[in-house]
Amino acid sequence: MTQSKTIWQVIAASSVGTLIEWYDFYIFGSLATVIADQFFPKTNPTAALLSTLATFAAGFIVRPFGALVFGRLGDLIGRKYTFLLTLVLMGGSTFAIGLVPGYATIGFAAPLLVLLLRLIQGLALGGEYGGAATYVAEHAPPNRRGYYTSWIQTTATLGLFFSLGVILITRHFLAPDLNTSIQRFNDWGWRIPFWVSILLVIVSIYIRLRMNESPLFAKLKTEGKVAKNPLKESFGHKANLKMVLLALFGATMGQGVVWYTGQFYAQSFLENVCGVDFDQSRTILIWGILFATPFFVVFGGLSDKIGRKWIMLIGMLVAICSYQYIFKQFLTLTSPEGKTELTDHRKLLEDKVIVSPANPADSIHLVTSEVHYNDGAVFKEVKSDTLFSDASRAAVTKTSIKYKDKKLNTWAYRKLIVWIFVLILYVTMVYGPIAAFLVEMFPTRIRYTSMSLPYHIGNGVFGGLTPFIATLLTTIYVTDKLSGLWYTIIIGAVCLFIGAIYISNRIDPDVND
Amino acid sequence: MNSLKRGLGIVWMMLGPVTIFYLLKTAAAEIARKPHIDTKIQWAVFVVIFIPIAIGMVIFGYYAFKGEYDQLPESSKEI
Repeated sequence: MTQSKTIWQVIAASSVGTLIEWYDFYIFGSLATVIADQFFPKTNPTAALLSTLATFAAGFIVRPFGALVFGRLGDLIGRKYTFLLTLVLMGGSTFAIGLVPGYATIGFAAPLLVLLLRLIQGLALGGEYGGAATYVAEHAPPNRRGYYTSWIQTTATLGLFFSLGVILITRHFLAPDLNTSIQRFNDWGWRIPFWVSILLVIVSIYIRLRMNESPLFAKLKTEGKVAKNPLKESFGHKANLKMVLLALFGATMGQGVVWYTGQFYAQSFLENVCGVDFDQSRTILIWGILFATPFFVVFGGLSDKIGRKWIMLIGMLVAICSYQYIFKQFLTLTSPEGKTELTDHRKLLEDKVIVSPANPADSIHLVTSEVHYNDGAVFKEVKSDTLFSDASRAAVTKTSIKYKDKKLNTWAYRKLIVWIFVLILYVTMVYGPIAAFLVEMFPTRIRYTSMSLPYHIGNGVFGGLTPFIATLLTTIYVTDKLSGLWYTIIIGAVCLFIGAIYISNRIDPDVND
Repeated sequence: MNSLKRGLGIVWMMLGPVTIFYLLKTAAAEIARKPHIDTKIQWAVFVVIFIPIAIGMVIFGYYAFKGEYDQLPESSKEI
């Protein structure tokens, strides 16, 4: 069998499993609002959403612990069996989330079970990536390490792509009528994407069982040079600990926030801040991902020629310099300002009076209308008037108009796809070369452990918390809708500065040591 | 370049305590502003997670100050 054929088999087997793990991990995040309705008390929608995001974040926070547990195992018993185990844990917990009865059926046990399963998902993911990246890098020739490992890097984005695709397809095909289909999806159909996972995992386990152990690890094992205590060797020795800290603060921290801003906060911003329709906000992301994904391989391959450092750092630089402008474009393109309404097309959808959540004695008059504009856009307008019970304030009118479920015209829709493409292009620059970069920083005997921890603190903690912290910032600084971006910009800037000064652009010619 | 790396080590060492101070201050202010269980959980998670990372930043700064990053290892034998 030729070397080329072997490396492609290795890449395929590693990538398929990693892609499925990412798919499993993302369906939860992509269905955050639906899951909030199912598993968390509905007293306050924001609290429910935050609870879900917290659970989402919990999935990320435990990732570094998964990196420690499975990284250690990978350096002790081998790469192959460790990432087989992570795959089984991930697939099993994802399938089980799809089986948990809702809060209405089993009460508080429901969110607890979901949280527990989410934690297992986070642990498994923490162990998966380092293994896959290490496995491919240890098979790759030195002059093509960036190129071959970049295929593993595409899996995170493709996992999101497939999760969004499966969700959209399921949401549309549960009934001939779209509204009924969406209703069914929100009731029980959201479980299907979780169940789909088990089929994918079985296929992936079959593929991975046929793989051989990494040749470098197998050699270490034969020579009896396997690490006795990888955790101690990785973090207890100054010479290695300093490299772990450099990898975190000079590369993965900034890479993580750029990644999660481009793919997750962008979608959350479009849906929750700009009020773009559920389907459109997701298809915009799907198109952006589709066009940008090949660039992971482009930048991974380029890093073999010019080094990893400057590609990643330039990606960070352009990202933090342009985020404010791009997200401002999101607001402009989705704003009703400057549009002319076709008044004869206006359709009343709902007219009702509800009890004010702020003061039960007051009530709120809500009028929801469908508004059509001359450029083809269709928005839902929600006009609310507070009706005060207090006679002294009865004359005071407190009216607010909000727009939601915005269906954009083709021009605005395509322009948003271009901006999302640009955001994901930044992701490909910071993320494409990073597997090769991390693999080259650490010796074989403790590589799995050493590279997994900075990767998962950078991506799991700094990156994974990005949508959550950014949303939180917008609730603190309410007058500035772009305030959430400051988290990414500050973290990215610190990382860029550290990376530029301390990191070397040298490509390690030998990872066999 | 090496003096710059060492000099900036002081900045990184200071960044750790400054981050912890700002984190605790914001957490206290936000919990006082919205004393719900959700707010407390969120900020408790942030404090628990980010304090060890801030300590890591101090260690990184200390290593930089001591010149540990003047010459990065070129072979695993140096690690």
